[in-house]
Amino acid sequence: MAKRDNAADLVGLLSVEGQDLAAAWVREVSASLGSRVGTAELDRELRELYDALVDALQQGATDVHAEQMSEVRALLTELSRNRARQGFSPTETAISVFALKRVLEPVLQEGSGDETRAYLELGRVLDGLGLFTIESYSQTRDEIITAQAEQLLELSTPVVRLWDGVIAVPLVGTLDSARTQVVMEKLLQALVDTGSEQAIIDITGVPAVDTQVAQHLLKTIVAARLMGAECTVSGISPQIAQTIVALGIEFDDIITKASLADALKLALRRSGVDLVAHEGVQR
Amino acid sequence: MTAPWAAGEDPKVYPIARSGDLVHIRQAIRALAQQSRLSLVDQTKMITAASELARNTLIYGGGGKVTAGLVSANGRRGVAAVFEDSGPGIPDVDQAMTDGWTSGGGLGLGLSGARRLVDDFRLDTAPGEGTTVSITKWAR
Repeated sequence: MAKRDNAADLVGLLSVEGQDLAAAWVREVSASLGSRVGTAELDRELRELYDALVDALQQGATDVHAEQMSEVRALLTELSRNRARQGFSPTETAISVFALKRVLEPVLQEGSGDETRAYLELGRVLDGLGLFTIESYSQTRDEIITAQAEQLLELSTPVVRLWDGVIAVPLVGTLDSARTQVVMEKLLQALVDTGSEQAIIDITGVPAVDTQVAQHLLKTIVAARLMGAECTVSGISPQIAQTIVALGIEFDDIITKASLADALKLALRRSGVDLVAHEGVQR
Repeated sequence: MTAPWAAGEDPKVYPIARSGDLVHIRQAIRALAQQSRLSLVDQTKMITAASELARNTLIYGGGGKVTAGLVSANGRRGVAAVFEDSGPGIPDVDQAMTDGWTSGGGLGLGLSGARRLVDDFRLDTAPGEGTTVSITKWAR
């Protein structure tokens, strides 16, 4: 019985002034967010949330994980997802919830003891909702970051056809196991698809070659060889050459060239193409 | 700790817990190496050594941390990094420092290669007590 009274108190707190409270809430939030969210959209979001919250409280929900709160949670998840995608900070996202506390603050000064107690009770519920908002916000951010990392993985490993039978992979950035796997798969598939027998791996854009990168490169080259293709590594800078020597990595039976142009020239010669410069033509 | 950290420049501590951390460590070492005016070759050598040791800390030490910063001694400036883990330690240091020997699936050149890449190299380890590797590269 005490619980029902409690719920009634909370609902009472939220619906004394009816719609005015929701309007004040919208004003409070839009003041802190500026013009980055449309007022109409914000109004709709918060009123929906407000109604759902009142509903949930009426049904006796006491914390954010209560079953009656499921609609509130769904709305909050959607709200924080939108905020995260639009690039708002966690504070700007959570303020949507916490602003309601500020709107209710006058109760503390004017209200009775019961109302103060109800305010504190509601404050606890709202704190829970605020934390929930931040949690789903960061979850969305994590999802975005993971998606971007995957996109980057795809983007950063193109296999390009330089000539009939000659393909090249320009590598940029760090070569870790995951990326090498992608590179290897793409390279081997491209060898089959294009019927190429010459592959060039260009590492101009790789800042440092350590033993793991070297090992990954060697494995890729051996795999390409098993498929009957010859691999050339190009773009080895002076500092990387010296580092490889100091590390003691042996690139013995692998053909390496300083630049992609040299590697292409070699690949063309191997595939029987002669490049002839015409006399009298300006280069 | 081997290196005297340069006055006024506190070394920073970076965690080594995931393979993504290695990228941050390489970037931090690169920034430090540029700051202490190492030549391009020495920068690359220091970064590569740090990359090797950080990976060892992660794979064989089960994760740990690296403390990296600028050092100065006798009017020279340089970069130092201390890799610490509380993993199983290295039972046979001579064997571990042999080219081509590995207890994992690598080339077996990380530890011995890193020693050749830097100016000062110090390895403290005991079975069951973790491993600490300190490296320093001085600007010429």
